[in-house]
Amino acid sequence: MTTAEMLELDRLREEVAQWRARFDAAKKRNALFANSGDVVEPVYTALDVADDGSAIELPGDFPFTRGIHPSGYRGKLWTMRQFAGFGTAPETNARYKYLLSHGQTGLSVAFDFPTLMGYDSDHPRSEGEVGKCGVAISSLADMETLFEGIPLDKVSTSMTINGPAVILFAFYVAAAEKQGVDVKQLRGTIQNDILKEYMAQHAWVYPIEPALRLIVDNFEWSAEHIPLWNTISISGYHIREAGATAAQELAFTLADGFTYVERGLARGLDVDEFAPRLSFFWDIHNDFFEEIAKLRAARRIWARHLKVRFGAKDPRSWIMRFHSQTAGVTLTAQQPMNNVVRVAYQAMAAVLGGTQSLHTNSMDETLALPTEQAVQVALRTQQVLAFETGVPNVADPLGGSYYVEALTDKLEAEAEALFEKIAEVGGVVRGLETGWLQRQISESSSRQQWEIEQHRRTIVGVNEFVTEEGELTIPLLKVSAEAERDQRARMATMRASRDDALVQSRLTALRQASRTDANLMPFILDCARAYCTLYEIRAAMEEVFGAYREPVFF
Amino acid sequence: MRPIRVLVAKPGLDGHDRGAKVVAAALRDAGMEVIYTGLHQTPEMIATAAIQEDVDVVGLSILSGAHMTLIPRVLDLLRDDGREDILVTGGGIIPREDMDALEARGTGRLFGPGTPTSELVEYIHNWFEAREAQTA
Repeated sequence: MTTAEMLELDRLREEVAQWRARFDAAKKRNALFANSGDVVEPVYTALDVADDGSAIELPGDFPFTRGIHPSGYRGKLWTMRQFAGFGTAPETNARYKYLLSHGQTGLSVAFDFPTLMGYDSDHPRSEGEVGKCGVAISSLADMETLFEGIPLDKVSTSMTINGPAVILFAFYVAAAEKQGVDVKQLRGTIQNDILKEYMAQHAWVYPIEPALRLIVDNFEWSAEHIPLWNTISISGYHIREAGATAAQELAFTLADGFTYVERGLARGLDVDEFAPRLSFFWDIHNDFFEEIAKLRAARRIWARHLKVRFGAKDPRSWIMRFHSQTAGVTLTAQQPMNNVVRVAYQAMAAVLGGTQSLHTNSMDETLALPTEQAVQVALRTQQVLAFETGVPNVADPLGGSYYVEALTDKLEAEAEALFEKIAEVGGVVRGLETGWLQRQISESSSRQQWEIEQHRRTIVGVNEFVTEEGELTIPLLKVSAEAERDQRARMATMRASRDDALVQSRLTALRQASRTDANLMPFILDCARAYCTLYEIRAAMEEVFGAYREPVFF
Repeated sequence: MRPIRVLVAKPGLDGHDRGAKVVAAALRDAGMEVIYTGLHQTPEMIATAAIQEDVDVVGLSILSGAHMTLIPRVLDLLRDDGREDILVTGGGIIPREDMDALEARGTGRLFGPGTPTSELVEYIHNWFEAREAQTA
């Protein structure tokens, strides 16, 4: 720093001190001026920004604080990807065709709870849940129906599935084969992030170690066979929804990411073989600037760790590509139309933070699955943002803002401090086994609830600005009980028409392979091709791996 | 008065336990004895736990849409064991008309998103006092 610059800073310090006196004397509203973690200063200046901050960085430059593409959104807008699925495969297939015809550019499959947990639609534990919160997919036959008339080499598909992820992925690959598509062309993402299931979302099947093995099996197999596929979507979304603060979401998710990298390396894979296909998924909450800073910090931390700590040489390993979704937990059942506004602000934060794809929630999601009209408003929210506001014209338009830069640095520092804490408790896997990570999230969640009930945090329409007259109602989607009946009938037909001897021999081969170190992907794919069901495949591995038991506490 | 015993339970396959845990902690802070089942419970597991733990109240948290199947089954199992005295209440993502149908079927009040925990505490206290007054 030159003498002139130092004098300049000294003068600024003096001016800030004088301003501070005026600020302290001024009358202030009685409100909580805070991000999720900490108080926010009333103004930020050059004094709050480190000299080596990203102000001198350009988009597409390491460590990618300002975005992964030199062209920002001028080359390509984000993918508008609405998560959807309900009832049976034919119903959801129709919804996908509707969304594609309205300008949606990618598909995102929501599975029902039985599918998420690895149960077939005709399993006793599935009763009452089939098709309720997503689409029921129990075998290759359902997957073929789900994508009927949608060429799988022409769309990119995201699948939110974790415990039994490899099985649903195998159904998808087999469905593409049946369409006659070259599977090397398949593009999309499978969530496949089991660590955050134990931490927050809770759709698990196997204990931690075998579950991690399956994930690394998928990294290894996909790198060779389906090179464009994102083998994992390391997700902060559910961690945040479960109650984490922005800093916890950032730190716990990245720590999960580092754990997957370590497991890949332990398998003997080269980091540059699999790291370029790792992708991320963030929750975009209400605090506008904090969310933008979180996304900027996330890219920077990932790039630095991959390059320095893990020695990745391929720049594609350094860049963090991510999907974002507006925060479901911020939506209110009271005055549901207000949710349209919340979603719009959150969507703008995601875009200002440089997301690669985005799901905007529908206004009615605290009440039921969204109706077509509600989904359309949510999609239109993205289109207005993309084509009318001018926001995507400039890359990282908030770069250089004293506040956003200071907040980015602060979140990065908080994440680094949390990485140290996680190391102290023995790493992510140990932290899950002891429940340490789950407790951190629970404590944050309780604190937020307390703040809301104490009126320290305002939720419009819930604890302030409450409407006394009758609730404003909106039409809701009903998933019929017939979906469950239809799906059971479809399964009975499928079971009757398949080659039972082949089914049994494929399941036996998988069971045997599970006892060895073999990569299980080819065995699971063979089961899928033979129309073995989700639960049959799950159970074959469960005989060897056992089932996960959660540490119960509150 | 002895502490009120509550079983907070998660029926079905959904993994959303944020609400259940917040409610369990709030009831405990209000002086109740709270047992939490953990996730992915069948109605049979819940009814058995309620009877074995001799609770006064079962609080069901369900966000998967399977409430019309799972909640009546818990009611039936408790009734079959002659334990209609246990209050079955709860909440989650349950449309108003389904709440009405379930309340008509024999549950206590059901609560939707955004309900302050103080409201649940008050509701359970009032119910308990009324029951004690009746049996006294």
